[in-house]
Amino acid sequence: MALEMVLRNKLKEKDILLMTHIVLGYPSLEDSFRIVETMVDSGVDLMELQIPFSEPIADGPVIVRANQRALERGATVEACLDLAERVAREFDIPFLIMTYYNILFCYGVRDFVSDMAKRGLQGAIIPDLPPEEGHDYLEAMQTHDLAPILIFSPTTSGMRMKYLESFGRGFIYCVARKGVTGADTRFSTGLDSYLAGCRKASSLPLAVGFGIKERANVDFLRGKADIAVIGTETIRLVEEQGISSVGGFIRGLSPVTANSPGGVEAKGK
Amino acid sequence: MLSRGYYGEFGGVFIPEILTTTFDELAEAFEKVKSDPGFWQEYSHIMSTYSCRPTPLSFAENLTRHFGGAHIYIKREDLNHTGAHKANNVMGQGLLAKRMGKSRVIAETGAGQHGVATATMAARFGFKCTVYMGEMDVERQRPNVFWMERLGAEVIPVIDGTRILKDAINEAFRDWVTNMDDTHYVLGTACGPHPFPEMVSYFQSIIGKEAREQSLKNEGKLPARVYACVGGGSNALGIFSAFLDDRVELVGVEAAGEGLDTGRHASRLASNDGSVGVAQGYKTYFLQDRDGQMKETHSVAAGLDYVGISPILAWHREKGRIRFEAATDSEVLDAMSLTIKKEGLIPALESAHAFAQAFKEAPDLSADDIILINQSGRGDKDIFTIAEAFEDPGWKAFIQKKGNEYGA
Repeated sequence: MALEMVLRNKLKEKDILLMTHIVLGYPSLEDSFRIVETMVDSGVDLMELQIPFSEPIADGPVIVRANQRALERGATVEACLDLAERVAREFDIPFLIMTYYNILFCYGVRDFVSDMAKRGLQGAIIPDLPPEEGHDYLEAMQTHDLAPILIFSPTTSGMRMKYLESFGRGFIYCVARKGVTGADTRFSTGLDSYLAGCRKASSLPLAVGFGIKERANVDFLRGKADIAVIGTETIRLVEEQGISSVGGFIRGLSPVTANSPGGVEAKGK
Repeated sequence: MLSRGYYGEFGGVFIPEILTTTFDELAEAFEKVKSDPGFWQEYSHIMSTYSCRPTPLSFAENLTRHFGGAHIYIKREDLNHTGAHKANNVMGQGLLAKRMGKSRVIAETGAGQHGVATATMAARFGFKCTVYMGEMDVERQRPNVFWMERLGAEVIPVIDGTRILKDAINEAFRDWVTNMDDTHYVLGTACGPHPFPEMVSYFQSIIGKEAREQSLKNEGKLPARVYACVGGGSNALGIFSAFLDDRVELVGVEAAGEGLDTGRHASRLASNDGSVGVAQGYKTYFLQDRDGQMKETHSVAAGLDYVGISPILAWHREKGRIRFEAATDSEVLDAMSLTIKKEGLIPALESAHAFAQAFKEAPDLSADDIILINQSGRGDKDIFTIAEAFEDPGWKAFIQKKGNEYGA
């Protein structure tokens, strides 16, 4: 089933979905697997799996360091794709690849996309690849029925949102503020009107990322967006309190999620 | 955005969506000043009154006699204010930032030259200034940190990645995605997303314009060859740009570090180790592994110690218009010693790469030929680095004595 349909079905049961972000290979490949397992068990609805890159230009310090450590510990693209395939087969939620364009470029864009499809992934987020530069990528994603996730930002004009959305599938990733991942976001009326503008520009579900740290942030987004993205905060949590602390944190973000029966089923063999 | 800044398959604009508007505005503002004769006039005026333009073209009589081949001329970019060609780019971008109504500038720096130039420009124009510098470089280049801070800039050591130039560029971009409203990013070389490669080359083209005219005036003819060192490529593009349509051979000299076959170098085009990739917002040749992860580079000259190269140079190489060579650390030190002793000129370690290659080739040319070497910067102000490269015993003893004094 196409990503958007999966999300639409889930949105019939809950008013906001949770997407988490991890860096594959950090703290280690085996730990990454356990983190995914914990997150899925705690009711996460979809996940972005970041293949580490040496120059992660859009990321803040926590994720930058996670990228670096993962590379130092041998997280090759092949090993990351193997792990992504393993979790995609094991757990019944959509998984997306997040990485920078050079990873696809060096692998071969068409090969990378067709391998994503073969390995059971649903889409990709490539933050340094605007559609103007991504012709081959967008075409390959369409061929393989995968969702290229396009990004809106608070500096994106209404006209450009329309342009971007014409290439987007699955959902639109709305960056909540200027800056890099992980810094504080002010959940304010400014964000309200920005999200209203995003909604006007796209009929796809809206995900909001950058700076979501607690339940109140997720509550703020209810009715304004469809997916809350938690990235840096869970990485920090793993660093400070270990993998087991992630489950409680995720469950605490969204009581609806905790009571919901969905999201936990593992795929039968 | 009208142009995406492609040179053959190289260049482009690979940026996060949040910066799209900023780059559109920058490209537009740059197009505007390019077609405004008043802007170039203002730029030339400030470069002739605040810096030392036109810089002279010096005939290196003793070196010419020493090698017994071509007549050797040296373009003296070392005589710019702050001691290098970096001032050309920085003052130009400063004027542009003023026109765009910005109140703050940020910059990356490796060895510190571009950081000092930017801090100087910021002091002159009244901008707030933040310079990002890899922690490793902060430790190695204390004198430049000292001057940047005295000039009123805030120097932020970058503790991520390999803690050198490329990491400082990443960090400057991260600042920019937060503060683009009042801040201009003064990128130091002809790399990065469009319009930076074109814009930096444009401001540096003043080197070539002067050199071509001076060559015709001094010797009544154009040079047979022009040599320039290549890190990101801004001084090379600056001098080469005026000769592209002439029958003049253009030679870019990269850092061969400890040797091209050792893996410890920074040669993206002259070695076989470079491959096409996309990083730091543009497509070009990078020193990267099979997965596309950037590798560590090595050179005695910090200003050449960079993983990427200007997309404009990659394109000219592809077309066969510019030849690329590489000089090793030890060849560079020899060329530098010889230039100091024979001519009383002290090229920066970066510039000495161009000298080293020119010296290899000068004897094979005829006395009717002239060659130009771009002395992109002066070396005397990098006394700590150069004295260390020469392992000078007197200098070591002096530093030890000073250390003891401060420790006492």
